[in-house]
Amino acid sequence: MLGNLTWAAIPFDQPIPMIASAVVALAILGVLAWVVIKGHLPYLWREWITSVDHKRIGVMYTLLAMVMLLRGFSDAIMMRAQQSLALHGQGFLPPEHYDQVFSAHGTIMIFFVAMPFMIGLMNFVVPLQLGVRDVAFPTLNSVGFWLTATGALLVNISLVVGEFARTGWLPYPPLSELAYSPGVGVDYYLWSLEISGVGTLVAGINLVTTVLKVRTRGMNLLRMPMFCWTTLATNLLIVAAFPILTATLAMLLLDRYLGFHFFTNEAGGNVMMFMNLIWAWGHPEVYILVLPAFGIFSEVISTFSGKPLFGYRSMVAATMAICILSFMVWLHHFFTMGAGADVNAIFGIATMIIAVPTGVKVFNWLFTMYGGRVRFQTPLLWSIGFMVTFIIGGMTGVLMAVPPVAFVLHNSLFLIAHFHNVIIGGVLFGAFAGYTYWFPKAFGFKLHEGFGKAAFWCWLIGFYVAFMPLYVLGLLGMTRRMQHYDVPEWRPWLIVAACGAALIMCGIALQIVQLVVSIRQREQLRDETGDPWDGRSLEWATASPPPAFNFAVLPQISGEDAYWAVKHRATGQSKADEAPEYRDIEIPRNSATGFVCAFFATMMGFALIWHIWWMVAAGAVGAFATFVVFAWRDHDEDIVPAREVARIDRSNRTRRSGLVSKEAAA
Amino acid sequence: MNILDPQGPIGAADKTILIDSLAIMLAIVLPTIVAVVAFAYWFRASNPKARYLPGWAYSGRIELVVWSIPTLTVILLGGVAWIGAHQLDPARAVEGSGKPLTIQVVSLDWKWLFIYPDQSIATVNTLTVPVGVPLQFQLTSASVMTVFFIPQFGSMIYTMNGMTTRLNLRADSPGTFGGLAAHFSGDGFSDMHFDVHVVPSEQFSTWAEEASRAGKVLDQRSYIELAKPSMRNEPAIYRLADPDLFQSIATQKIPASPGAQAGAKGTSPQPGGADAR
Repeated sequence: MLGNLTWAAIPFDQPIPMIASAVVALAILGVLAWVVIKGHLPYLWREWITSVDHKRIGVMYTLLAMVMLLRGFSDAIMMRAQQSLALHGQGFLPPEHYDQVFSAHGTIMIFFVAMPFMIGLMNFVVPLQLGVRDVAFPTLNSVGFWLTATGALLVNISLVVGEFARTGWLPYPPLSELAYSPGVGVDYYLWSLEISGVGTLVAGINLVTTVLKVRTRGMNLLRMPMFCWTTLATNLLIVAAFPILTATLAMLLLDRYLGFHFFTNEAGGNVMMFMNLIWAWGHPEVYILVLPAFGIFSEVISTFSGKPLFGYRSMVAATMAICILSFMVWLHHFFTMGAGADVNAIFGIATMIIAVPTGVKVFNWLFTMYGGRVRFQTPLLWSIGFMVTFIIGGMTGVLMAVPPVAFVLHNSLFLIAHFHNVIIGGVLFGAFAGYTYWFPKAFGFKLHEGFGKAAFWCWLIGFYVAFMPLYVLGLLGMTRRMQHYDVPEWRPWLIVAACGAALIMCGIALQIVQLVVSIRQREQLRDETGDPWDGRSLEWATASPPPAFNFAVLPQISGEDAYWAVKHRATGQSKADEAPEYRDIEIPRNSATGFVCAFFATMMGFALIWHIWWMVAAGAVGAFATFVVFAWRDHDEDIVPAREVARIDRSNRTRRSGLVSKEAAA
Repeated sequence: MNILDPQGPIGAADKTILIDSLAIMLAIVLPTIVAVVAFAYWFRASNPKARYLPGWAYSGRIELVVWSIPTLTVILLGGVAWIGAHQLDPARAVEGSGKPLTIQVVSLDWKWLFIYPDQSIATVNTLTVPVGVPLQFQLTSASVMTVFFIPQFGSMIYTMNGMTTRLNLRADSPGTFGGLAAHFSGDGFSDMHFDVHVVPSEQFSTWAEEASRAGKVLDQRSYIELAKPSMRNEPAIYRLADPDLFQSIATQKIPASPGAQAGAKGTSPQPGGADAR
C-alpha cells in the first residue's frame, strides 16, 4: 500500500532532525492556525495562492527564497560547528548525518534560495520596467512558482521522512547510483530537482518571451534598462541549460529505477559523461544566478549616483558575451580528471576570457559613480560591498582557471571560499540590494534604513571572517566535505570561520528585525510618490504598490532611462502630463491551476520516491486533469472598466503631481 | 600539508604558477578595489567639491581602456595557463635520479591501496617512496570516484573505476608528509588519508626487501575481502602474490566492489573492518 514507506523512515533516534522538524512543523501549524482563525484564508487564496499577477508571484518567489535561506543557513551553522569541533574526534554529527547536511545546504542554497530570489525579482520588476501589464504567460508563471515550491517542500519532507542525499549537491555517480546509495536520499534530490526544474524552465520561457515580445511603445531592445537585458541573458541560459540538467538527472533516475547503465561502473556506464553533462548545465547555472545580480547592481549604482549607466552598449555587449561564453568553459570543473594538456589549456583560457566582459562591467560601474552624487543608502552599500568582494572572488576564480593551480586547489576549501565569495558577494548581495531597492515598490513603504545598514555590515564583515580562513585552509591542503580531521593546524582557522558564520547569523537576525520593524512603522516609512529613490526606469512611474494593471495607460518612451526623462520634462514644464484617455483593461483571471498542479506534483514526487505506484498514477492523472480543465477554460480574462481605471489613476496622479510641483518649487 | 611548502619539483612549479598568476592579477585588482572605494567616497552626495556630471555616460577612450586592461591581463595569464598546462600535465614524466618507481594506486571504500609491482609489495594507507626518484603513479578506483592528493608533492588526480589515470611526481626531501582523498566518496571519506614516508634510496631498498617478506599476502581473493567497505583502517603491508592485480581491477576483470549500503538507515558499516588487517 505504501511502497517502501514504513515507520522506520522517520528518524526517531536522531534528535537533531526530529527537533528541527518539530520546530518547523509547529511554526507552520502556528501560521496556519493564525491564518484560519483570523479568517485570512479566503484572502490568501484569492489574492495570493491563485494569483497570476506577476508582482504577487514575484513576491511569493522571494518569500520562498528567504524562508529557505533560513533552512540552508542552519545547515551552514551545523557544518561550521562540526568542523570546529571535529579534530581527532567525531564532533556532534556522525558522517551519515553530516553528509546529508552539506548536500542539503548546497542544493537548497542554489536551487531554492538563489534561483527563486532572482526569478522572484525578475518576475516582479521586468514587466514594470518594460512598461507593460504582465508577463507573456501569466498562468504558466504561477505554475512555475508552485512547481518550484513543490521541490522545496520535498527537500524539507526528507528531513522527517527518510533521508536526504549524502552525495554532495551534485550527485556524482557512481556514488549516487543504487549500488552505493541505496536509500531514498538521492531520489528525494532527483525528484525535487526534476519537478522544480520544470518550474524553472517555464519561468525562463516566460521571461524570454516577455522581454522579446511584450514591451511598451518605443521600448526598443536598446532602450531597455540593464536589468531587462540581464534578465534576457539569464533566461536564455535557463532555456538552453535547464533541459540538460533535467535530462542528466533523468538518466540517473533511469539508472536507479529501471536498471539502466548510463553512469554505472558496469555495463559500459561512464561517470565522465555525467560530469560533462552536469557541468554543461552547471557552469551556465552560475551565470544564471549572477547575471540578474549584475542587472540589479547596474540599476542601483546608476540610480544612487544620479547618473545614467556608463557605457550602456558596452554593458549589453558584455552581458551577451557572458551569456554565450558561459557554455564554453564547463570542463574547468574537472581539470584534475586527467584530460590532456591541450584540453585543459583551452578550457582554462576560455574561462579567463569570461573575465574580460566581467571586468568591463566592474569598470563601467566604477565610471557610473564617477561624476555622480552618490547616496549611501542600503541598496548602494550592498553594491559597493559587492564590487569589492566580487573582484576578489573573480580573481580567485581566474586563478583556479590556470590548470596547474587547479591541480593543487581543486576540491579544496580554497574552492569553497572562491564560490562563496562570488555567490554570497555577487548573487546574495545583489538579491539583498534588489530586495531593499524594490521593496517600497511592492508594498508602498521603505524598509528601515538603520537596521538595513546594520545587517549589511554584519553580513559584509561576517562574510570576510567566515571565508577568508577557508582560502588559507585550502592552501593548507584541507579538502572539502570532511566530517572530521587529524591536522591540528587547521582548527584555529575553522574556529575563526565559525565566528564569521555567527556574525552572518547576526546579519540575518537584523534583517528579520528590519522587516518586522518596517511593517510596524509602515506609516512613518510610507512612500506616496511611487518613486522613493529618485529612480530612472518605468517601474517608478507608477504607484507603489502598483495597481493590478501596472499602468493605466501604457507609457510611450523615446530613450533610455525613460522615467528620468519624463520627470525632467515634467519639472521643466512644471506640470505632469495631461490627463490621458482611459480605456477598459483586460487582466488575466486568477487561476488555481498552478497550485493544484503543484499539489499533484508533490503527491507524485513523494510517491515516486517511496515507490507507491498507485499514488504515482493518481498524481499523474490529477496533474493532467488540471491541465485539461485549464486548457478548456472559456473565460480567462477580467475587465477593469475604464471608469475604475480612471478613478485609480487619477487619485495616484493627484498625489504625485502635488509632489512634483513641490519639488519644482523647491 | 601546506601547498605553499612544496617538497618536490611539481609542487614547486604549481606553487610558482599560483604566486605568479596571483601577482599578475593583483596588479589590476588592488587598484580597482581602491578606485571603487575612492570614487564612491569622493563623489558622495555631501561633497560640494566633487563635480556632478548628470548626463555623462560615454567616453570612447575610457571604453577602449576598460576593454583593453582585462584583455591584456587575460592574454598574459592565458600564456601562463597554456605553458603551465603543458609543462605540468600530470601524465608527463618527471626527471630525476635513478630508475623511475611505478606505484599503482587503487582507491577503495574507504582506504588507499598502493601496489609496487616491481617490488612485489602492496600497502594500505601508507606510502613509502625514495627521495629524488621519479614516481610514476597509475591510478584507478575499486568503486566510487575520488581524488589522490599529496598536497606537498603537487598535482592531484581523479581515480575512477574501469579507468586508469596517470600522475608523475617526485619527492625531494626526506620526511613524512600527509596524503588524502580529495573528493568526497561516502561516509568513510574523512579517514581516507595516509602518511607518505620519503626515505633515501638505500633505505627504500631495505624497506622493500623487508616488506616483500610480509606475512600477509595480497592476491585476488584477499583483495576482494580488502575491497569491502571499512573505515579507519590502520596502515598495513602485504606481499603481492598477483602481479596483474592492478590491471585486473582497472580493466574490470575484477568487478567493482560493492557499496556500503550507504543510505540505508542503520546499516552504516562499523569502523575498522577486521578484513582490512
